[in-house]
Amino acid sequence: MIFGFPLLSLSIWLPIIFGLLVLATGNDRNAPLARVVAVIGAILGFLVTIPLYLDFDKMTSAMQFVELSEWIPHFNVHYHLGVDGISVLFVILNSFFTPLVVIAGWKIIEKRVAQYLAGFLIMSGLVNGVFASLDAVLFYVFWEAMLIPMFIIIGVWGGPNRVYAAIKFFLYTFFGSVLMLIALLYLYVQSGGSFSILEYHRMPIPMTAQILIFIAFFMAFAVKVPMFPVHTWLPDAHVEAPTGGSVILAAIMLKVGAYGFIRFSMPIVPDASHYLAGWMIALSLIAVVYIGLVALTQTDMKKLVAYSSISHMGFVTLGFFIFNAYGMEGALVQMISHGFVSGALFLCIGVLYDRMHTRNIADYGGVASKMPMFSAFFVLFAMGNVGLPGTSGFVGEFMVIMGTVNVNFWYAFALASILIFGAAYTLWMVKRVVFGAVVNPHVEALTDITFREKLLLGILALTVLGMGLYPLPFTEIMHTSVNDLLVHVARSKL
Amino acid sequence: MSYLSTLTPAYAEIFLLVMTSLILIADLFVTHPSKTPTYLLVQLTLLGCALITVFTHEPGVIHIFNNQFVDDLMSDVLKLVSYLAVSMALVYSRRYLILRELFSGEFMVLTLFALLGMMVMISASHFITLYIGLELLSLSLYAMVALQRDSAIASESAMKYFILGALASGLLLYGMSMLYGATGTLEVTGIADAIRQGVDNKSLLAFGLVFVVAGLAFKLGAVPFHMWVPDVYHGAPTAMTMMIGSAPKLAAFAFVMRILVDGLQPLVVQWSGMLAILAILSMAVGNITAIAQTNLKRMLAYSTIAHMGFLLLGILSGGIDGYSSAMFYAVIYVLMSLGGFGMIMLLSREGFEADMLNDFKGLNQRSPWLAFIMLILMFSMAGVPPTAGFYAKLSVLQAAVGAGYTPLAVIAVLFSLIGAFYYLRIVKLMYFDAPETHVPISIQPDSGLLISINGLAVLVLGILPGTLISVCAVAVQKSLMLY
Repeated sequence: MIFGFPLLSLSIWLPIIFGLLVLATGNDRNAPLARVVAVIGAILGFLVTIPLYLDFDKMTSAMQFVELSEWIPHFNVHYHLGVDGISVLFVILNSFFTPLVVIAGWKIIEKRVAQYLAGFLIMSGLVNGVFASLDAVLFYVFWEAMLIPMFIIIGVWGGPNRVYAAIKFFLYTFFGSVLMLIALLYLYVQSGGSFSILEYHRMPIPMTAQILIFIAFFMAFAVKVPMFPVHTWLPDAHVEAPTGGSVILAAIMLKVGAYGFIRFSMPIVPDASHYLAGWMIALSLIAVVYIGLVALTQTDMKKLVAYSSISHMGFVTLGFFIFNAYGMEGALVQMISHGFVSGALFLCIGVLYDRMHTRNIADYGGVASKMPMFSAFFVLFAMGNVGLPGTSGFVGEFMVIMGTVNVNFWYAFALASILIFGAAYTLWMVKRVVFGAVVNPHVEALTDITFREKLLLGILALTVLGMGLYPLPFTEIMHTSVNDLLVHVARSKL
Repeated sequence: MSYLSTLTPAYAEIFLLVMTSLILIADLFVTHPSKTPTYLLVQLTLLGCALITVFTHEPGVIHIFNNQFVDDLMSDVLKLVSYLAVSMALVYSRRYLILRELFSGEFMVLTLFALLGMMVMISASHFITLYIGLELLSLSLYAMVALQRDSAIASESAMKYFILGALASGLLLYGMSMLYGATGTLEVTGIADAIRQGVDNKSLLAFGLVFVVAGLAFKLGAVPFHMWVPDVYHGAPTAMTMMIGSAPKLAAFAFVMRILVDGLQPLVVQWSGMLAILAILSMAVGNITAIAQTNLKRMLAYSTIAHMGFLLLGILSGGIDGYSSAMFYAVIYVLMSLGGFGMIMLLSREGFEADMLNDFKGLNQRSPWLAFIMLILMFSMAGVPPTAGFYAKLSVLQAAVGAGYTPLAVIAVLFSLIGAFYYLRIVKLMYFDAPETHVPISIQPDSGLLISINGLAVLVLGILPGTLISVCAVAVQKSLMLY
């Protein structure tokens, strides 16, 4: 707590309260007011997370900014919040993106503006709750509740096939989660009536139970990441979601699943994690290579970036399950970097879509000659997606590959192939969209980005470059937590 | 001690009976079709019952009328929730029934008699008392469904309800008589003692148990004894459906508690196996069949069947956790179903029933607030946090896992996943689709306020469920202290 303020609670509830305020502005006559309230709420929500970074003690892996009070005494459920060096980064990342998506929807969304903006603010608070919860029930509540605003956002403001995508999104993720709920209840009973996640980290569990629990957690987290073969909801959801929805999905929601692996699966059932690591690595490699190939064949820009996301998240899960410091830190850096890069790419596609109302690659060509400023940003983010040195994408991928070489050369070889595929599908898309001759009169009529769009893309460009050139502020804060996590995971709990 | 003071635990029932009889007569002098004086008198009676129940509460378990009637914390809590549910149902139904010229004195008197039946069931500790309560409740409900005389579908469903209900009562009585033959008593606690001391004729006991469980399943609407539920829910006027689908579930819960948990506790291994089958079948049939429905009342009927499966899962898990989770589930279920049926009545107009799924299309554009309330109710029924329905499911699942029924819990969550689909479809219709009609929604201030409170209560209980869970746990604990 800083100056007596419970910062984590603020980071959760401030956006939610502002979201409700935005909802209260009512119908579209008050849209300007709703926009102003929303942007104030989003920026305040980000500001309260800055002290989390500044006052963070990098020397310890213990939970910090802890808040603990009773919630449901009968089940021994607590309102227990706290962050370590891993989760604090995601709280900040999430709060950082909220103002961006609010601004991204500024002029674009014209029907039911208040509900749209409120959806993002409420979701931002709920996602912070997921990252900061140290009580299993509290975690589960935030985890499930964040589906509701996303469901509405995709379904109301999405593309033509939005209903299918929204329901598929909800049911897929709900399916994974309910099995996790059973695992959590099993842990509750076995621990003698505790829902404390930290308690679960310490408690011994027999091997059979560990494997079953691992599978239940896997169902929940793999769907969210998403890992092959439960990834099919993501391209649908991405394509149909409005720009802001795609940005939050790619930048934040996918990270929630990966976070689950390091907060739940690995520390609670370390033996099962080691035992099943081969499967996890195999699935990750399939995601990296196969989905990379799938991305090559896409004709829709959003779908291409969606598949590229799945492929990049394969790096992350692989980095976790090789159990070494390079792999894990690389994976975490990759998660953050992918958040920036994919979020930025979806914003770029949104910029084009707002002008042309198509995401088909074939409908574009020669955009650079009409939108030079935009094209510069687009190429930069594409390079970030490729993992060019100097951009944030490089750091994480490089570290994961280094970690993998220590384990098995051929894994690393397969992994490095994505650098080629990634470069192929990204650069090919850039070439077809941005460069070449102007293909049709619609492109001829394009106008370059406005101040609002410059602001959004500029901020993201700075972070992508900054993180690529000087990743230390990100890695040093997670270092102790990652090391202690690896030590913990190496110890058997049988 | 005077005789009257020994009746203290039954004061609420006596008061209700006296008032109901008075209202029956007083209503003859109320000629205006809106029946406002009668309505207010009924609400005051309910308030009076609540006050009596609260102020005559005494700690511990008290038996009166030669052990025929029991008063404990569980019965008091269940009665209070029943008063609340009936009172809310009346608020929701008033305009709906006035527009259909059904808001008669008979309706209100039947409602109060039904409530009296529920109260007797909740407090019964003797098979005869249980049966009398059950019949008082059922007969009142049969008559209520049949009130809409000129509607063929309502008469049909009343007939179905009556015949199948009578059959179920027959099964129950048959089972009770066998239990009597085996144990020589009809007292709930006496039966348990007799079984513990050993019964000569084991097969008679077994048959009795099977018949009793079948009868209970009938009344709860558990598969395979569920056939009447969709037809009656669909055919009855929505106000009557609400009466059938809300508070009686509390009485049914108490009924199961008194017969199976109190009376047949020594046979727990046998009946929990039967309940497991009923629970799984109910969740399966209820959730899967609900998907195919186009009528919201029918869909809610199948969803009720699925919910009863969950409730049975809580009971069969046993222990304080299991029983209190089932009780919590019943209370939350009543709150949600009141909201669901209340919404249908709120959107209904003269000559128009908003009971088709398509009637909810684009509700968000017609009335964002009502759509939001319905959204909360639907997510709560699906068991998505942060709503009360999630904690209801959580506590039942926790009890099931704690009792070692993890596979059952997994089956339950998988079926509730299927269930999530049709609840989501309502949200989809309200939010994603364009409205079919732009007829303005006229909301009465009282029912409009109530539906807001009802919906928000589901949300608030989803954020702060601790108190209600503890109340249920304490209530069950106190009433099971005998064992």
